[in-house]
Amino acid sequence: MTAAATARAPAWPRRLAHLALVLAALAFLALFLLLPLAAVFAEALRKGVHAYLAAIDQPGAFAAIRLTLLVAAIAVPLNLVFGVAAAWAVARFEFRGKALLGALIDLPFSVSPVIAGLVYVLLFGAQGWFGPWLAAHGVRIVFAVPGLVLATMFVTLPFVARELIPLMQAQGAEEEEAARVLGANGWQMFFRVTLPKIRWALLYGVLLCNARAMGEFGAVSVVSGHIRGLTTTLPLEIEMRYNEYDYVGAFAVASLLALLALVTLAAKTALEWRYGDELAAHAPGGH
Amino acid sequence: MTLELSRLSRRFADFAALDDVSLDIAPGEFLALLGPSGSGKTTLLRILAGLDHPDAGSVRLDGRDFLATPARSRKVGLVFQHYALFRHLTVAENVAFGLRVRPWRARPKRAEIAARVEALLQRVQLEGLGRRYPAQLSGGQRQRVALARALAVEPGLLLLDEPFGALDAQVRVALRRWLRELHEDLGLTTVFVTHDQEEALELADRVAVMNRGRIEQIGAPGTVYQDPATPFVCEFIGKVNRIPLAREDGMLGAAGWTPGRDPWRGGQARATAYVRPEHLALGVAGDRPGWQAQVRHVYLAGSVAHLELDVQALAQTLEADVASEDLARLGLRPGLGLRVAPRRAVVFPAGSGGDRWVWQADEAVVAV
Repeated sequence: MTAAATARAPAWPRRLAHLALVLAALAFLALFLLLPLAAVFAEALRKGVHAYLAAIDQPGAFAAIRLTLLVAAIAVPLNLVFGVAAAWAVARFEFRGKALLGALIDLPFSVSPVIAGLVYVLLFGAQGWFGPWLAAHGVRIVFAVPGLVLATMFVTLPFVARELIPLMQAQGAEEEEAARVLGANGWQMFFRVTLPKIRWALLYGVLLCNARAMGEFGAVSVVSGHIRGLTTTLPLEIEMRYNEYDYVGAFAVASLLALLALVTLAAKTALEWRYGDELAAHAPGGH
Repeated sequence: MTLELSRLSRRFADFAALDDVSLDIAPGEFLALLGPSGSGKTTLLRILAGLDHPDAGSVRLDGRDFLATPARSRKVGLVFQHYALFRHLTVAENVAFGLRVRPWRARPKRAEIAARVEALLQRVQLEGLGRRYPAQLSGGQRQRVALARALAVEPGLLLLDEPFGALDAQVRVALRRWLRELHEDLGLTTVFVTHDQEEALELADRVAVMNRGRIEQIGAPGTVYQDPATPFVCEFIGKVNRIPLAREDGMLGAAGWTPGRDPWRGGQARATAYVRPEHLALGVAGDRPGWQAQVRHVYLAGSVAHLELDVQALAQTLEADVASEDLARLGLRPGLGLRVAPRRAVVFPAGSGGDRWVWQADEAVVAV
């Protein structure tokens, strides 16, 4: 009755207010999100498609793409496992130091990424605490791929856990308990009951985590050492080209990074669209 | 398979959920754990299900240690208060869950699982709803899916946590009768938790009344109601009038009324008489012991009418129940003055060192 009434009743001023709000939101989005995104592609293509392709078709660019994908491919699954484990622990168990764990999960959000990078340099760098020992055993972490992975993991650690904890706390453990009493072992309980319950939040957390892993600049910049073709991810490659006054090149690579983000977004939308009915059927409680 | 629970204790932080609880559950029995919230009844149920563990005590099944068996191997059917159905699975998949998670040697064939699910859905009167999701069912239907799911694993013990707590009154009564019939059909040992005394009295073979982590009394519904062992049981089960007695002229009594005898032989200076509303006689003759009262309210509740009676001598309001057809016959209406007296009372001594006393009037106390 309320929905029908509000749909029928609105007087002119109210409808005007509706319209104004929607327009304001759209204008805001256009100004702060779409315009810059469009500018990236416009700048990249300013000297024509040929120059654009030439800027991309360089070993540096390909290496950067490969490295970015590699770092994300290692950091995201590890954070997925950690995020689920941490969310499970926080949501399902009472233990000493639970508040501390919650605070630690948030640490990467509150600490500047640059500091995170510096900490790894301090720990594993040539003059760092473990540097000499690592060097003696022929292990390179800082200014090499392992350092990039570590820094990225640090920065992206909270995404999955933070997405899952409130959901798992709200859902409670009753369904898992029911599964146990019905004879399920731990794995069956997790894969048949827990995972289906959290899969959308998990997917969302992983997508956010992935987006950040591919786009991270600060922490990665500190531990990278900027060795072109070896330790430059896409964001670092962009910065280097920009600093070399290669604007078309910088924006061309930037457009690649933006494209990766758009692909991620499209994947999420497609999944939501594909399973939209199912989402709607299960969203309201279900018990 | 007799289940022997012996000296179970369970503490949460500084709160004793179970405090030295012992109890035997006979095969095929329908047992109610009745108590207010926080009395430990759900904790006891969870311990039986294997979802919680006692700090001390043992549970033995035919002499074997039941607590050493993990939850998944206990063959216990548990129905949660809020059902805990798997929301991402259909009704049929929910019911089949317990069979599908078995190791493959023990797992029935696909067709056999389907047949059993179908039979169970029929048993709980949900045939044809197997492809629905829990969110598309009513509360009573979800409840029965939860029951079918629990029965699918052919449990030796069925546990129900507030099975009717989340349902509306009509569905609740219907489902209650249905559950009782189902129990008679299956003969399955069943333990259910409830805070609703009516439910416990109507359904169970035996009722264990719990309070603050202890069992106050365990017995048949009639015994627990008619012959309560403690003041708590008196007050928790059914309605009751609480009348303080003191020594008057060498005899325990209240405002001129006395039970006439003293089982403690003067050993108690004070006591409390608990009188059920249906045990208060109305229209007592003037030469008999009793109290002058005035009808304050008459609440007609279907077949029974509840009366509120002001008794000035006791400075309290007593409750009395009469059959509603007697209302007109006795001319009971607000404002009417009449004499009342207990016909039956359970009397507890105030001090220690005395047993409770079930008092019955010597002769029919006139009138009603």
